[in-house]
Amino acid sequence: MNSLQTSCIHKHPAGFCLLLALLTLLAALAGICAGAVPVSLRDILNVLASGQAQTAAYRIILYSRLPRVAAGLLAGAALAVSGTLLQSVLANPLASPGVIGVNAGAGLLVALSCAVLPASAWTVPLAAFLGAALGVLIVLGVSEAVGASKISLVLTGVAVSNIFSAGIDAAVTFFPDALNGYSDFRIGGFSGVTAVRLLPAAWVIAAGLLAAFSLAQQLDVLALGSETAQSLGLPVRRTRLLLLFIAAALAGAAVSFSGLLGFVGLLAPQIVRRLMNSGGLAQLLASALGGALLLVLCDLLARTLFRPYELPVGVVLSLVGGPFFIWLLVQQRGGRTHA
Amino acid sequence: MLELKRVSAGYRGSPVVRGVDLRFVPGRILVLAGPNGCGKSTLLRTALGLQPRLEGSILLDGVDLNALSPRQIAQKAAFMAQSRSVPDITAGRLVLHGRFPYLSYPRHYQKQDREIARQALQWTGGESLAERPMKELSGGQQQRVYLAMALAQNTETILMDEPTAFLDVRHQLEVMSLARRLADEGKAVVMVLHDLCLALRCADRIALVHDGRLLDYGKPEALYERGLLEKAFGVSLGRVRTAHGIQYYYGDIKEELS
Repeated sequence: MNSLQTSCIHKHPAGFCLLLALLTLLAALAGICAGAVPVSLRDILNVLASGQAQTAAYRIILYSRLPRVAAGLLAGAALAVSGTLLQSVLANPLASPGVIGVNAGAGLLVALSCAVLPASAWTVPLAAFLGAALGVLIVLGVSEAVGASKISLVLTGVAVSNIFSAGIDAAVTFFPDALNGYSDFRIGGFSGVTAVRLLPAAWVIAAGLLAAFSLAQQLDVLALGSETAQSLGLPVRRTRLLLLFIAAALAGAAVSFSGLLGFVGLLAPQIVRRLMNSGGLAQLLASALGGALLLVLCDLLARTLFRPYELPVGVVLSLVGGPFFIWLLVQQRGGRTHA
Repeated sequence: MLELKRVSAGYRGSPVVRGVDLRFVPGRILVLAGPNGCGKSTLLRTALGLQPRLEGSILLDGVDLNALSPRQIAQKAAFMAQSRSVPDITAGRLVLHGRFPYLSYPRHYQKQDREIARQALQWTGGESLAERPMKELSGGQQQRVYLAMALAQNTETILMDEPTAFLDVRHQLEVMSLARRLADEGKAVVMVLHDLCLALRCADRIALVHDGRLLDYGKPEALYERGLLEKAFGVSLGRVRTAHGIQYYYGDIKEELS
């Protein structure tokens, strides 16, 4: 990424968002078309026009591809925005739902609720939210108690995350069937996703995204540091709690159908942050779109690379996203010294 | 105007600031001076309600701070914090946030806000920085931008917590000359400074804080002559008349006031 390209993105945040939206749309279409059995664009149009339930294409699109692509879009947007919120609120670039135990908290309660509670559409998302909120509150509580130094905050988060992960492992040991509906819960994946499981989480994510977007300005001011934010008239404590609550809801909802897909919550906000610095709504929108794009693409690769076999999305995300992120870090370092 | 009456603040049981009376008078630079840990930063934050007080009253234009919302306070007094995270935004965007206290629903900055922010940045001589990311600016440039943000807030009082920390000499003097221009425009400028000689040279009034109490208050020359500065800091001070006005210098280390 040379500095000319970067500065173009810096100057036109709206254009960058539009570009991301377009790419996401294309990726979603590709995600519907490609897979173990390819489906053509004409098939999609036919299905949309006729609504014939009996064709193979119809069933593949409706029961397999659409839920998966929707899952990728929703989980990507939710985790990326959740990560952006956490990074700003905790003033820490390393904070993300995967790192600081929010995802693991959600995962633990999902595993427990699957093990002991009767199944219903809303128990899993609710448990996921409660677990995520628990993770956030523990990290926040500890960070306030020890004076919120950036390193101790992340260390606390990592510790909390590990404790919750151990809890998940214990739960799965005692109730081996608890997470049967999830093929790749620990790494994160969409292969067991159905519309029934997706729908309640989709509502939570839609509401969470709207709430986050409406608080974009406050988020921006909060990122100036709590003293400065307070001196600008922002009720800091209340706003932080509200934003953390939204971040927990978003991450919990994503975990409820995709498992512990943590990396995207760190990756997408960081990539976007490096490409644009407009702040405000554009930044949040770009994070949401970037996360959605990343996961849909990774899911596409996961399904097509070794078809008809499938990799868990989490594996592809780490293999593709990790090197890309490192490349971006190195490139920017070079760009900055020449600037 | 911001007035402190018998203010105590800090932690219950062991207050950091005790019974301080101070008025932040428009048109003047007031420097809060004192050795490390004397409570001057606490005093500054408490004066703005950023930190709860234990006793006493703080009046902003005659109204007690507790009766005002953070937003109302922010419309009358600005604060430049010492420790802050440098955000991932451009300098222009940061200055624009100085207008945050004036935003009403749906919280979008208007054309007028942009114009005020542009003028503020221009006033500090930072207009060329508007499009640059904050992270790429030098310490002196960043300070200029933060000053512009405080200016865009359009308040009568501006409080600064060590605005010259980590700056080289030239940028320190630039910050002080901007502060002087603010005072000349009728603003009450209050700052914590560590550099005693800079404070003696640039302040209109100095409030000497020691062990949480207001030990002395007055014009720099008067404070120098009373000698409490030397005792509070534990150094001897000297002064010479030069072509650039009276200059102060440090002498030897002396016994500290306990």
